[in-house]
Amino acid sequence: MEHINWNGFKAGNWQNEINVRDFIQTNYTPYTGDSAFLAKATERTSDLMKKVQTLFSLERQYGGVLDIDTNTVSTMTSYAPGYIDQDKELIVGLQTNRPLKRGVNPFGGMRMCKSACEAYGYKVGEKIEQEFKYRTTHNEGVFSAYTDEMRKARKTHLITGLPDAYGRGRIIGDYRRVALYGVDRLIEEKTKDKANLANVTFDVDNIRLDEELYHQIQALNDLKKMAESYGYDISAPATNAREAIQWTYFAYLGAIKEQNGAAMSLGRVATFFDIYIERDIKNGELTEEAAQELVDDFVIKLRVARHLRTPEYNELFGGDPMWITEAVGGMGLDGRTLVTKNSFRILNTLYTLGSSPEPNLTILWSNDLPEGFKRFCAQVSVDTDSIQYENDDLMRPIYGDDYAIACCVSAMQVGKQMQFFGARCNLAKLLLLSINGGYDVSSGMRIGPQMKPFEGDKLDFDKVMERFDVYVEWLSRLYVNTMNVIHYMHDKYAYEKEQLALHDTDLHRFMAFGIAGFSVVADSLSAIKYANVKPIKDANGFIVDYETTGEFPKYGNDDDRVDLIAKNLAHNFITELRKTPTYRGAEHTLSVLTITSNVMYGKHTAATPDGRKASAAFAPGANPMHNREENGALASLNSVAKISYADCRDGISNTFSITPDALGHDAEERVTNLVNILDGYFAKMAHHININVLNRETLMDAYENPEKYPNLTIRVSGYAVNFNKLSREQQREVISRTFHEAM
Amino acid sequence: MKGRIHSIQSLGTVDGPGIRFVVFFQGCPLRCGYCHNPDTWDYKGGREIDSAEIIEKALRYKSYFGRDGGITLSGGEPLLQSDFAKAILVTAKESGLNTCVDTSGCVLNDAVKDALEYVDRVLLDIKFTTNEEYQRYVGCSLDKPLEFLKYLNEKNIPTTLRQVIVPTLNDNEENFVKLNEIIAKYECVDDVELLGFKKICKTKYDDMKIPFPFEIYSTPTKADIEELKKKIKIKK
Repeated sequence: MEHINWNGFKAGNWQNEINVRDFIQTNYTPYTGDSAFLAKATERTSDLMKKVQTLFSLERQYGGVLDIDTNTVSTMTSYAPGYIDQDKELIVGLQTNRPLKRGVNPFGGMRMCKSACEAYGYKVGEKIEQEFKYRTTHNEGVFSAYTDEMRKARKTHLITGLPDAYGRGRIIGDYRRVALYGVDRLIEEKTKDKANLANVTFDVDNIRLDEELYHQIQALNDLKKMAESYGYDISAPATNAREAIQWTYFAYLGAIKEQNGAAMSLGRVATFFDIYIERDIKNGELTEEAAQELVDDFVIKLRVARHLRTPEYNELFGGDPMWITEAVGGMGLDGRTLVTKNSFRILNTLYTLGSSPEPNLTILWSNDLPEGFKRFCAQVSVDTDSIQYENDDLMRPIYGDDYAIACCVSAMQVGKQMQFFGARCNLAKLLLLSINGGYDVSSGMRIGPQMKPFEGDKLDFDKVMERFDVYVEWLSRLYVNTMNVIHYMHDKYAYEKEQLALHDTDLHRFMAFGIAGFSVVADSLSAIKYANVKPIKDANGFIVDYETTGEFPKYGNDDDRVDLIAKNLAHNFITELRKTPTYRGAEHTLSVLTITSNVMYGKHTAATPDGRKASAAFAPGANPMHNREENGALASLNSVAKISYADCRDGISNTFSITPDALGHDAEERVTNLVNILDGYFAKMAHHININVLNRETLMDAYENPEKYPNLTIRVSGYAVNFNKLSREQQREVISRTFHEAM
Repeated sequence: MKGRIHSIQSLGTVDGPGIRFVVFFQGCPLRCGYCHNPDTWDYKGGREIDSAEIIEKALRYKSYFGRDGGITLSGGEPLLQSDFAKAILVTAKESGLNTCVDTSGCVLNDAVKDALEYVDRVLLDIKFTTNEEYQRYVGCSLDKPLEFLKYLNEKNIPTTLRQVIVPTLNDNEENFVKLNEIIAKYECVDDVELLGFKKICKTKYDDMKIPFPFEIYSTPTKADIEELKKKIKIKK
């Protein structure tokens, strides 16, 4: 198949089938140089960004939410076009008719929608309330099927953050398809897929798929209408770089209008755009400065994307994040780097537009990345604390070279794989629950297998493990079943028709489970094994505290005695999870990632045998507990690197904060040392790292004087936040974490 | 071979080139007024460890070392336990690690000379440039580090000279004139580091219930240090 808009591109299989990867591989130009070619922000960009900064500051003044349209249900076609400054914008499109005005999306759940509006002094419009009286939301669906035990697991905070009251997210549409093929071709292919279904048995799976395809085609038609309202016809392929970026952005915009998922990631677009930019530059239609402008304008749009959330939601996922994750860099299966000039340009937005948590720029790091790119990334980290790194050498053999990251650490092939998001369960609480024989001292509720609390004056490792295994087995089954309910209902009542229209019809699904309290459990088990842990009982005979005496190895010191306990913890949990079948045959995966929920999870968990006090925060993700590291930063990295990615295919998150002085004498040395740290860490087959290069004093000052630091960005667990947008409690927890300092 | 160490720092970036695995030895004969590790003085303190274990640990970090990084022996005075230091250095070299020793240069005997055969770079303190100050604030004569430096020069061992800058004591013109004379005299010196005096170690003195001798001095700013660095004359 040929199309005139493809002139100048090398022909390939991508023309005959929907295959963006093949288009990229056939047409992209690897770049192995340094950052010297980059252009600065133009006056237009700076003016536009100034306007956006003013809006951001207004949004802060209004308590975090500038405005809500409470009378319109957010869909692709329900709002009039919106602009920041129509004359200046190169890429157009907003979620609602005005920048930073949030829409309401009740499909996930009306309750959450109402309480979010009320939290900011609004009320959901009468008309919407009426309409949804006659419609089942995802939330209602889930709660009509939840068992008593599932409700209890939620209520005791054993499993929380579940996407049972809002969109599940973590699905990445292949938004590039719209630019490369135009919507009409995509409709054509989906229509063919639907027609092919006529030849199979119409069982539950195929009837559901048939209906889904109907909705997908409808969504593609709506997407065209949405673009038309902005004056663009996206039925055909994009003809130049500006259109390629605009078409792709429309596709992404359609997704965030339709869905309010926790993580609405972008995918892997930079190198794809580079092909169009290179073609335009070759044709004399674009300069470096103009190319940067296009990328800047696109990124500005991503920075103003918003969803309406409740305060309880913010407790789990602090900082008003969208997780517009863009995977940058990586290597190709043929050994060529996937770094292009546009990989630099998208990182350069942190300079042209200033540092920012969104989009969530994620470097796919490989030992083989060009040196110039490695150094530029490290430079960006030192200067902005805005980017994260994930191990391409670890993921590429599994996912190939056209995968992206959903949310923080969840890898999936773009347009071919999706996941059912499953938040996380509190393993520290589970350990306490097992010791108390099914009684949760924090909530005073009984849950799980019932037995007598542990007897004796000293916790015995083997006996504790025997109990713990029983509870892990019980919880695993409950957790999988709960997730099955959630995702069955989400497919039924809040199906992501637009995003899944941008996937292959034949999909691979992951079901992503998670662990919170990882290091607390590892250290607690180590304390039980190597020190003396005396249980302290209350009047009713329940163990409410522990007296731990003697030394025990602590996770984060590169000590195998405890690191292997941690490693086995993840291994045993995923092994148990795999025993219960999943909805739609999804593949079980596991993450060690908490977002900011480590604070909330800790708050609802009693004292633990590692010496952690009741209600104290957990460490985030797979991080060692704060200030338990005795051998310095690399020892802590080595401990985390021991957790097996084969067990935790949904990611292992590690957040690393180091003071500038501890990283080297001068700017040059800091960059070199950071590159070496990243190379060294990933050579150990570690999965992920957030890098912060800052002093604790800066954060303490920002805590006291927020007005002085309106744009202070820091990496937390798997994403970046504007420090000011965290709750006071979350801020204190971030400040209390280990900062690796110079001796 | 067993010896006593204070602690291990897996990420050192200021004690030698690149990323360093730093072993802080226990025991020091000097009592510098600004010492930031008074807890390393006592020969009997710290913990005993085998040199093989140190190497086993250091090698866990080889992937981070890149082209320049490696192992640094610091302290305390690492060359006081010269046989122990040598045992570590020999195996480190055999394992392909770059080796540095951070020393006061106050001990130079045959055993130390033996150990220096396995050192890629020495970080040598020239704490002051007059014998009087050395006697008063350090507790040995200036001849000792100079004799050490002479030996390093003979053996052609690349050397970084280090000096902690204490305002009013050694931030003056005379100090830099003399320091530049030393630098010019010994070709092995290819790098000089000026470090600002810091007081964060005060808590250690408090914990040990001993006075911090240099508490009365002020700490220089980063800008002060940058300014003083301009006075250093060195061919690179």
